[in-house]
This record gives sequence, C-alpha cells and structure tokens, in this order.
Amino acid sequence: MSEPVTAPPDRAQYGVCAFLAVVGVLVMIDAARTDPATNSNDPIGPRPVPILIGALLLVVAVAYTIDVARGGRGEPEGGEDVDPGSPIDWRTVALVIAAFALNAVLIEPLGWVISGSLLFWGTAFALGARRHLVSLAVAVTLALATFYGFAIGLGVALPAGILQGIL
Amino acid sequence: MIDDLGSLLDGFAGVVTPLNLLFALLGVTVGTAVGVLPGIGPAMTVALLLPLTYGLEPTQAFIMFAGILYGGMYGGSTTSILLNTPGESSSVVTAIEGNKMAKAGRAAQALATAAIGSFVAGTIGTLLLVLVTPLMVTFAVSLGAPDYLAIMLLGFIAVSAVLGASRIRGFAALLLGLTIGLVGIDRVTGQQRLTLDLAQLADGIDVIVVAVGIFAVGETLWVAAHLRHTIGQVIPVGRPWLGREDWRRSWRPWLRGTGLGFPFGVMPAGGAEIPTYLSYTLEKRLSRHPEEFGRGAIEGVAGPEAANNASAAGTLVPLLALGLPTNATAAVMIAALTSYGIQPGPLLLERESSLVWTLIASLFIGNLMLLVLNLPLAPLWAKLLRVPRPYLYAGILFFASMGAYAVNAQPFDLLLLLVLGLIGFGMRRFGLPILPLIVGVILGPIAERQGRMALQLSGGDPSGLLGGALSYVIYGTIAVILLWPVLRRLSATAVRTRHREHADR
Repeated sequence: MSEPVTAPPDRAQYGVCAFLAVVGVLVMIDAARTDPATNSNDPIGPRPVPILIGALLLVVAVAYTIDVARGGRGEPEGGEDVDPGSPIDWRTVALVIAAFALNAVLIEPLGWVISGSLLFWGTAFALGARRHLVSLAVAVTLALATFYGFAIGLGVALPAGILQGIL
Repeated sequence: MIDDLGSLLDGFAGVVTPLNLLFALLGVTVGTAVGVLPGIGPAMTVALLLPLTYGLEPTQAFIMFAGILYGGMYGGSTTSILLNTPGESSSVVTAIEGNKMAKAGRAAQALATAAIGSFVAGTIGTLLLVLVTPLMVTFAVSLGAPDYLAIMLLGFIAVSAVLGASRIRGFAALLLGLTIGLVGIDRVTGQQRLTLDLAQLADGIDVIVVAVGIFAVGETLWVAAHLRHTIGQVIPVGRPWLGREDWRRSWRPWLRGTGLGFPFGVMPAGGAEIPTYLSYTLEKRLSRHPEEFGRGAIEGVAGPEAANNASAAGTLVPLLALGLPTNATAAVMIAALTSYGIQPGPLLLERESSLVWTLIASLFIGNLMLLVLNLPLAPLWAKLLRVPRPYLYAGILFFASMGAYAVNAQPFDLLLLLVLGLIGFGMRRFGLPILPLIVGVILGPIAERQGRMALQLSGGDPSGLLGGALSYVIYGTIAVILLWPVLRRLSATAVRTRHREHADR
C-alpha cells in the first residue's frame, strides 16, 4: 500500500479534528450538568473525570490539527477485499446502512427470521449479488438455521415476531 | 504450585464429559469457519460468536468459548497461507513463507506445521500460564488502588503510543473509547452521565456491542465503500501432512517460537508482532538453508506461528491476574469473562478458582480439539475462502446483528451498533487504530473507580493517587514512553531505524 508521492493533502482529516473537539465540548457540558455532590466516601464526585477527558479531547483535537497542517495523514486501512485507491462508493454504503436500519426497526414486529433474511438479502444486493433468488434462499436458510439452532437450541434471545406459533 | 496442578486436574474432571466435548467441537468448528473467512481476525471472530454462548451454563460456555478462540486464531493462519492475506498483523509473518510454500505446492505442509506448531505452542503456553498466573497474583494482591490506577494508565499509554503508526491518532481513538466508557449511571453517586436521558443507555454501552460495532459493522461498511472486484487466488490444498524431513526442520522452531512468544504476550503492549518477527529472523539466521527463506522455508512458518500462539497464551496472564487486556482479542475476552460473571483481577483466583481452572482446562481441550479437527478438514476450510464477497459481508452483518441483539434483547442496541459501525468506518478511513478505543471502553471505568478509591483512602488529598514503589516505576515508564520522540532526537547517534508496528485490530 505505497502512497503515491504526489498525494493531495487529505483535508477531510480536519473533520476528525472538529469531531473530536465537538465531542470534547459535549462531554464537558454534560459533566457540568451533573450534581457535583461529594462526600467522605467520594471526595471528587462524578464531574472531574469527564471534565478531564473532555479537556484532553480538546488538546488532542488541537494537536491533531497541527499534525494535519504539517502534512500528517492516517493511512486508510487496507485488507484483502479493500481497494483503498478507489473513491468511496457512497451508494453501496447507504444501501448497506438502509438494510441494517431496516432490520433494527423490523426485528421485534416481524421477528428475526423475516428481518434477518431481509438484512442478509439487502446487504448482499447492495454489495453486488445479482442472483436474487439464490440470495433469498441463502438468507432464509441462514435465518431459520440460526433461529432454530441458537434461539431454540442454545437459548439465545431472538424474537419470533409474527411467526410466533408457526416456527 | 502442586496445589495449582491439582486444581487444574479438578478443572479437567469437570470439563471432560461427552456433552462438553461436543461443545468444544462446536466451538472449534464455528470458530475456524468464521476465522478462516477473509477480513475476520480472531478478535472479530470472538466478538461475533460470543453471544452464542450466552444461553449456556459457565462450564459449557467456557469450553465453547475456548474452542472459538483457538479456532479463530488458526482460521487466521489458514487464510494467510492460502490467500496471502493476513487477517491481522500477528499473522503477517506466517504469510511471508507460508504463502510461498503454498505456491510451491507445499500448502499441505505449511498448514500442518502451522497447526501442529500452534498446538505445541498453545499447550506449552497454557502450562506456563498455569505456573505464572498465581505468581503474578501473589504480587498483584499486595498492590493498592493507586498502583492499579497506574497500571491502567500504563495500559492506556502503551496501546495508544507504542503500538500503531501515529501517536496522536492513537490518543484520539483512546479518548473516544474513554468517552464511550463514561456513558451510563455513575456507580458511586448514581448520577447519569452522557445518557441523553435514554433509559437504554443508563446501564452504559455493552462492550460486546462496541466491539461488534467497531470491528464487524465498521469493517463491512468500509469494505462496502471500497469493494475490490477481483478476488485473490486461492491455492487448492489436500490433507495437511508432514514428512520426516519437515518434522526434523519444524520442531526446534516450534519450541524457540514458543520461548519468544510467551514472554512478549505477558508484557503489557508486548503483542504478537514483535515475537513473530524475532522468531522469523532467528530461524533465518539459524537455518542450514537460509537461501530457502523468501522462497518458502518451513522454519519460517513453524517459528512465527508458534510465537503467535504462545504470545496469545501469555496475554492471558495479565488478563486474568490484573484484568489488563493487551491486545484486541484479550480486550474482547475481558468482556466475555465479565459476561460470564467473572471479574478478572487479583482476587479472581481466590474467589472463583474453580471457574478459572475450568477455563484453563477448556483452553487445553480447545487446543487439542483444534488439532484433531483441522488437519482433516483443511480442504473444506480452503473452500470457504471462495465464499462470494456479497454473501460473506452480508453474513457478517447478519451475525453481528444477531449477537448484538442477543446481549440485551433490545432493538435499540442495533441502532447503537450502527452508530458505532459508522465510527468504525470513520476510523478506518482516517487511519485511527481500533485497539485503543476498545481498551478505553473497558478500562476507563475501572481506572476511574480505582482513582476515586485511592482518593477516598487519602480523604481527597491528591497525593493519595501516588501509591507504593510500583506506581513510581510505572509513572517513570509512562514518562519515558511519552518523551520517547524527544529522547530519540537527543540520541541522534542511534542510526538504527526502528520498525514501526501496526496496531492489532
């Protein structure tokens, strides 16, 4: 993963610095909101540690900004299925997030077998699987297998949802 | 020491039943099956599969867990050898010679020396664990709250500043982790911190949800953003075996690798990267066939793979005795042990000794099971490497959701998982290391508790934060680590360039 020598500066990194600073401020605001009650068992109360962490976040945000301004850059993580040279494919990312959120919303009303199948099928579709029936068959098989194997077999808490009584 | 061995035998007695062995087999099978998948390292394997053990009673949960742990580690080496794509930094070295061997038609021997070497190193490492942990505990019980605070702080600094390419990015990740660790009701005063008045956040964010979110969901989103559409070449493999010559060339590297790996594992921030590199260099120097190195020398697989596994066993010493995780897998393990009702730390051996010995006996059994299972099944695992990528990552998200939901049975955790996944995505994009964040989440609350306990004992006098001799030594070490760039610049005569190690994920 050798960086090209004439890589343009990675200005998006300033966003990370801003994020750290915002988190730092929020942590301190939240800490200021707590009751600074102290007693002999707890001489410092719940405030100082979040204040310290918030302050350190601000310090790191500043140091990070200086590092970026000097040309520092974090190397994006590589991996066997990752092509770091390519631009971020936001459409795929959004589809995967949508499939994931759908599962979160539907898991209790519809049950794991249906919501999990949708999650698998949707993610596979987003990532480029185009044999829809094959994906669906894999998804339903996995969902049923995990439900019977883990929820009923090993006692893992998975909801049956509308299929309660049928499964 | 004799007592310990006796307790270990008791541990075995509780573990070896046909049903338990079945759980060991199940754990090793799913652990290897998931660990062998490209892109999934041992830490992610354990985090993904841990919830499967939640419905079991502790003994069976341990056995299955030990199987998953060893299966996940061995699965990673299989991927490195057959695909030349190490799932994590500790198997980078195995991939160097292992993949060359595989390309030269010796995949079976490479897998066999890795499997048997892992077994030898795992067995010796676990034995050393039995001997060393009580010693460390004896030392640890004499420590007070200030010493623990110092140890935790050393853990923070070590994972942020020593491992990894950029300190500032390491500290940023650590502080994000500490912030996540703050969420929930303060245990001393009962006040809510950072809960946004959400009842679901009152108990804090479960470490398993954090680990699964950052590792599994973050990785999937990152892959979704940059999916490579050409798949690496998988080398077909038969049943692993070793010829007489291979045995002769492997056994010494196994033992030397074990000797290097274990001590590094025991040290905070020791990790598996340094001993695997050292083992590789050592074997290259000692080999009678140095010219084979770089073209597939079996010693170059046997030594580093043993070092990797021995280091993993060594990691358990500070984990059990001090509650200090030193790599990502150990960080997830702490979460696992806590969820089984075991609080790692010096009192663990005293309070829960039978559980600990059961766990250690389970490690022996998981290790043996791995050898029995993996030699014959290697060709099957190799087939798993060809799983189409859309299905692979869909499966990861599927299991991640299932596991995270199973922790508390609330859909809210799935949304939390998504938010954490987005943080994990951002960290991968900007090259922030993952390990400091996980360690911050786990150790942050403990460090705060120790610090407040120390102040309670001193009646609020800040000098109470400095304890016995150990804390001075540790703060000295921390100062050296923090000032290291300055010190190094001062000693400009040091020509030796330092190899930078990338953080374990």
